[in-house]
Amino acid sequence: MTIRPITEEELHGFVDQTLDVRRKEEVAAYLDAHPDVAMRVAAYSRQRNLLKAGYAPIADEPIPPQLNLARIVERQRRPSWTPWWAAAAAAVLLLCTGGVAGWLLRGAGPSTEGIAALAVEANASYAVYAPDHVRPVEIKASDRAELIAWMTERLGRAVTIPDLSAAGFRLMGGRIVATTHGPAAMFMYDDDHGTRLVMLTRRMAVDKSVQMAPQANGDLNGYTWADKGLGYSLVGPTPSERLHPLANEARKQLASAI
Amino acid sequence: MIVSTRPTSWPGRCLPKGFAVNDMVHLIEPLIPALRRYARALVRNRSVADDLVQDCLERAVSRWHQRRFDGDPRTWMFSILHNLAVDRSRQQKRSPVEVTMEEASERELSQIAGQDKAIEVRDMLRCVDLLPEDQRSVLLLVAVEDLSYAQAAHVLGIPAGTVMSRLSRARDRLIELMDGAETVQPSKPFLRRVR
Repeated sequence: MTIRPITEEELHGFVDQTLDVRRKEEVAAYLDAHPDVAMRVAAYSRQRNLLKAGYAPIADEPIPPQLNLARIVERQRRPSWTPWWAAAAAAVLLLCTGGVAGWLLRGAGPSTEGIAALAVEANASYAVYAPDHVRPVEIKASDRAELIAWMTERLGRAVTIPDLSAAGFRLMGGRIVATTHGPAAMFMYDDDHGTRLVMLTRRMAVDKSVQMAPQANGDLNGYTWADKGLGYSLVGPTPSERLHPLANEARKQLASAI
Repeated sequence: MIVSTRPTSWPGRCLPKGFAVNDMVHLIEPLIPALRRYARALVRNRSVADDLVQDCLERAVSRWHQRRFDGDPRTWMFSILHNLAVDRSRQQKRSPVEVTMEEASERELSQIAGQDKAIEVRDMLRCVDLLPEDQRSVLLLVAVEDLSYAQAAHVLGIPAGTVMSRLSRARDRLIELMDGAETVQPSKPFLRRVR
């Protein structure tokens, strides 16, 4: 029987006990035949034992009160806890603000219909759900199939969730949100810095197919478009030069999925 | 009891399956001793280390919903802690603060059976402190915290091959340092400045 050559990595695996039984025996046999290597491996093992012994007392200490997890949980839940009616009121308020602004501006240009309305609704969803630490999304990305099924049923249209992970934004999940134009599907994404993006999708009665238009509302940027009766708005506190390619990528994926 | 045994819920709201504050507490709490040990081994100062662990726990609690469900909580927690330690060490480089390095106390060492072993352990801890930071963190995660090579790679955000090479260098360097340890003056004061 020939034995595969023993690698350096396996010598460490021998010390750290990551090898399976058979390979462990093979390494042991190799070490018997190579006393110089065996000495080195024995030194590694001794280091391991001394380190474990040296640092073990720290883990045996009683946990100091500042690290009491229940207390940390409690402290974080209190200030961030928002009753459902307060969240709902905030949503209504934001929608009204958007609605009033739209109404006032309706002669001038932006209309309360079409993608201009969708953009306002996406901003409102962002304002309500993105800062939420308790439950920003109703269904998590891990239950993606359930999420898609729910949204498809409520929108009455096949819903596709764009994948923005290539740009560093992971899907967190989503929920159905209320708009003055009926139910909309909201998806939320985040990156490693905790930056969140919101994508809002709903059926369009007006502006069934419209090319992408940018919008800005304070620090919040957005891109809104519509295709074959579904409108999409991607918003986030991201500079427009970074958000625009993301919106383009989402539009490309959605167009090929329809 | 502060933590409710009931899943946190807003009235009338549908919760994702299986979420409860208790799940989080049960997964995180048993990790605290190991997190303290890793933090202390990294920064070598009890109060600084515990502050890091506190920051880590606060961050973990507030970001619990954002964590990836396929990842294991231990790797996730160690990643948060390690990143906080890296951030802190960067800040320290900008504005150095005098910090007293602690050595394992005689009392702690006396818990280790046998005088010879206690001395050897102390030498080993001193030698580990002399390793470059990137080698030290790999060695601590693998040899003390028993993380797999893949988990250590994830925590440190480096490729698995880099974990192996750093581990290998750390262990070889420790052999050299320990060989020279007898010549290290035993009364060497362990007060140093953290850059």
